[in-house]
Amino acid sequence: MNTADNVVEMRSISKSFNGVPVLKDVSFDVRKGEVHALAGGNGAGKSTLMKILQGVYQADAGEILIGGKPIAINSIQDAKAAGIGMVFQEFSLVPSLTVAQNIFLAAEPLGTGGLIDDRAAVRRAREVFSEMEVDVDPRAGVSRLGTAYWQLTEIAKALAQNAQVLIMDEPTASLARHESEALFELIDRLKQRGISIIYISHRMDEVYRLADRITILRDGHRLLTAPLTDVTPEQIVEGIVGKKIEGQLSYRARDHVAHDGAPLLEVRGLNAGQRVRDVSFSLRPGEILGLAGLMGSGRTELARALFGIDKVDGGEVLLRGKRVNLASPQQAINAGVALIPEDRRAQGLVLEHSVQDNLLLPLLGRIQRGPFLDGAKAKELSSSLIKRFAVKVAHPHRPVRLLSGGNQQKVVIAKWLGTDPDILILDEPTAGVDIGTKSEILDMIRELASAGKAVIVISSEYPELLAVSDRVLVLKDGSIIRDIPRSEIADEEYLQLAVQGV
Amino acid sequence: MSKANTIAPRDTAAPRNFGTILKDLDWRRYVIYIGFVVVFLFFAVLLRDQGFLSPNNLLNIFRQTATITVIAVGMTYVIACAEIDLSVGSVAGLSSVCTAMALSQWGLVPGILAGLAVGLVVGSINGALVSLLGIPSFLVTLGMLGIAVGVAQWITASAPQPILNDTFNTLFGSGNFGPVPGLVVWSAIFVAIGAVVLNRTRFGRQVLATGGNRNAAEFTGINTKRIKFQVLLISGMVASVAGMLYAGRLQSGRFQWGSGDELSAIAAVILGGTSLFGGFGSIIGTLFGALLIGLINNGLILAGLDSSQQQVVRGAIIILAVALARKK
Ligand SMILES: Nc1ncnc2c1ncn2[C@@H]1O[C@H](COP(=O)(O)OP(=O)(O)OP(=O)(O)O)[C@@H](O)[C@H]1O
Ligand SMILES: [Mg+2]
Repeated sequence: MNTADNVVEMRSISKSFNGVPVLKDVSFDVRKGEVHALAGGNGAGKSTLMKILQGVYQADAGEILIGGKPIAINSIQDAKAAGIGMVFQEFSLVPSLTVAQNIFLAAEPLGTGGLIDDRAAVRRAREVFSEMEVDVDPRAGVSRLGTAYWQLTEIAKALAQNAQVLIMDEPTASLARHESEALFELIDRLKQRGISIIYISHRMDEVYRLADRITILRDGHRLLTAPLTDVTPEQIVEGIVGKKIEGQLSYRARDHVAHDGAPLLEVRGLNAGQRVRDVSFSLRPGEILGLAGLMGSGRTELARALFGIDKVDGGEVLLRGKRVNLASPQQAINAGVALIPEDRRAQGLVLEHSVQDNLLLPLLGRIQRGPFLDGAKAKELSSSLIKRFAVKVAHPHRPVRLLSGGNQQKVVIAKWLGTDPDILILDEPTAGVDIGTKSEILDMIRELASAGKAVIVISSEYPELLAVSDRVLVLKDGSIIRDIPRSEIADEEYLQLAVQGV
Repeated sequence: MSKANTIAPRDTAAPRNFGTILKDLDWRRYVIYIGFVVVFLFFAVLLRDQGFLSPNNLLNIFRQTATITVIAVGMTYVIACAEIDLSVGSVAGLSSVCTAMALSQWGLVPGILAGLAVGLVVGSINGALVSLLGIPSFLVTLGMLGIAVGVAQWITASAPQPILNDTFNTLFGSGNFGPVPGLVVWSAIFVAIGAVVLNRTRFGRQVLATGGNRNAAEFTGINTKRIKFQVLLISGMVASVAGMLYAGRLQSGRFQWGSGDELSAIAAVILGGTSLFGGFGSIIGTLFGALLIGLINNGLILAGLDSSQQQVVRGAIIILAVALARKK
C-alpha cells in the first residue's frame, strides 16, 4: 500500500504505564475520507492509542506519520496543528460561554485594535454549522443545550480548526436514538468532504452502519485490520472477546417468576418532580422488568425516586406488602434496594480513590471490628468481589480512574451487588462496556433474578432490553403508557413503535 | 466468570532495577518528610552555635507548635471533606476568654465546659449553615471569624482575663506529664485519635468519600450533609480545645490568642499532603506540616531575623514546599 494515501499512520507504537505494557507494537493507519472503526475489549488500549495520536501521552516506541511525513506529537497543540481533532468523551466545553465562543476558544477572530470580534466568530460558526448541515444557534449559551448539541459544538470546534482527522471515542454513549442517527448522517457527510474519522464503539450495529475498515485490538496487540466487507460479525465478536459468544442477546424465558404470592415491590400512584407522574406497577420476586422510553421520559427519575434521591411528592411504595418511606438512599439501602446509577464517573465512583475503597464504600459496616475497619477483612472482601466480577485491575490500591471504562462499570456493579440487595435497579448498566462484558452483565442479571431477586433494567438499547426483560414498561412524559409482557413483543420494531407512542 | 488470571499482579514488567524503583517511587507524597529532614539538617548545621539542637530548644519547638498541630488535625478533616474552616483562630481566642471568665466565676469544671461550649456552638452554626442552607463554608466561616473575635473582644472589653487556677494551668499547657511537656502530650493525643479515626473508621472513610465525590457518596447512601456538619463541628470543638491550651500556657484568656492560626493550620494541612480539593487526607502529614512551620519559625528567630523578614522567608518556603508536593 502506498503510504501517501494515509492521512495518519502510526507505526509499531508501544506504551507502558508503570511498567505494565498497554500497547505492544501496534500499527494503525487512516486513509483520506474513510471511517476507520477501532474495536476491542475494555482495557484493550483503544483510548490510549488515540491519546497518543492526540498528544496526551507520548509513545515509548514507534513513530507517527502525518501525510507520509514523520512528526513528533508532544502536546495537544501539536496534534491540532497536524489536523487531528478529538471529540472528547468528557466534553471539553466551557458551559458559561456561548457556542461560538467555545468554538473559537483560544483562536478568537480579532478585529480592530486586537480586540475579540465576537460577531465574526458567530458568523464563522454559522458557516461551519451550515457546512455540517445542522441547525445550532452559535449565540446560545452552552449550559442550556443538551448533550447532542454539546457534541455538535465539539465537532464544529474541531472542524473550525481545520481538522482532517476526527477521533470519536464512544460518541453515542450519551445520545438518544434519533440523536445518534443524526450523528451518523453527519459522519457520512463529513466523509464525503474528505474528512477521516476514527470511530471507537462497542456497538456492532454502529460499526457496520458507518465503518469502511476495522482494526481490532486485544490486550494491547493489533489482532487485525480489514475492510468490513471481509469480516463477519461473528469474527469480530470473537476477535474482541477471544472466544465465541452465542445467543447473548436472545431472550430466554425463565420460569422463576413467582406469579402467585405477594409482589416484592408495589408502587401506587407515585409522583415525584416533573418527570414522574402517577406511576403504578408491581414487581415480583424473580422478575426482570425493563423500562423503555425516550430520553427525558422519566425512567432515570423514577429510579431516583425509588432509591430515595429525589423527593417523592405523592403516592406510596410497598415492599413485601408493607408501606415504606424511601426518603433517602440510606433508607432505600436498608430496605434492600440498590441503584446502579447511569453516570458511573459522576455518581458511581470516587475516581481518585482506589478500586478497593470504591468497592467497599457501601460495605463499611461489614468490614468493621469493633469501631475500627479491619484491613485484612477489607482486603479479603474486595478481592473476592474483584474475582467474582472478573474486574481487570493491575492493583486494587491504584485509583479507579486508571481503569478502562468497562472495568470501571464492573466496579460499580460489584460494589452494589456486594450489598446483596433484594431489589436491584440498573440504569444503563452496559454503557461503554465491551461485548464480552455486556453478555457477562446480562447473564449476571438473569442469574440474580433466578435467585429470587427482583430487577429493574433501564436501557436505551432495545436488543439488550429485550434480551433480559420478562416485562417491559413504556414511559412517556413521566407516565406509564404501556405494560407489555415479553411474550407479546415480537421484535425490536414493535418496541420502538410502542416507545414512540404509536 | 471467565479469565482466571484477572487479579494476578502483572509481573510481566521488565526486571526492576534500582533506577526504575526510584523513578516509580511517588516521592511527591513524601516531600513533607524530606522537606522536614532537609530544613532540620540545614538549621542544625547553620545554627549549631545558637543552640538549635539543645533539648530545650527542641522541646520548645514542639511546645510552640502544639496549638497549631491540634487545630490542624481538625482542619485536615474539613479540607479532606472539600470544605474550609477560617474561623478556627478566633474560636480559639473566644474559647480562651470564655474559659478564663467562667473559671474565675465558677471554678475548674465550668471553665472547661464553657470553652468546649464555644466550639460546640460555633461548630454547629458553621455546620448547619453549610450543610442545611448550602452556603459555601468559605463564606460562612469567614463571617464567623469576625463574629467570634468580635464577641471575645466585646465581652472582655479587650482586657486580658488572668487565670489563677493552678490545676487548669498545669493541665492545659503549663505543666509536664513526667518529663514530657503537657502540650506535647496533648498534640500526641489529638494526632493519634485523628489518624486512627480518619484511616480506620467508617466515619473517616465517609469523610474522604464525601470530599472525593459528593455525588457518588450520596448515591452510595452516605448522608453527606451530616458528614459536612460533623467535620465542621469537629473543627470547631478542636479549635476550642486549642484555645484552652493557649489559656493554660499563657495563664490568661485573651481575644488575640489564636489570631491568624487558621492560615498556619491550613498551610500545615496542605504541606502534609491533604488535597485542597478534598478526597485525601493525612494526619501524620499534617503533624509534620505543623512541625515544619514551627521549625522554620524557631530557626528564623534563632538566626536573628526580625519578624518582617521571618514572614517573607516563611511564605517563600511554604510556597516552595507546596509547589514540590503538588500532583503532576
Ligand atoms: N494513565 C494511566 N495509568 C496507568 N494505567 C493506565 C492509564 N491509562 C490507561 N491505563 C490502563 O491501560 C489499559 C488500556 O486502557 P484504555 O483506556 O486504552 O482501554 P480501552 O480500550 O479504551 O477500554 P474501554 O473500552 O473500556 O474504554 C487499561 O488496562 C488501563 O487500566
Ligand atoms: Mg476507552
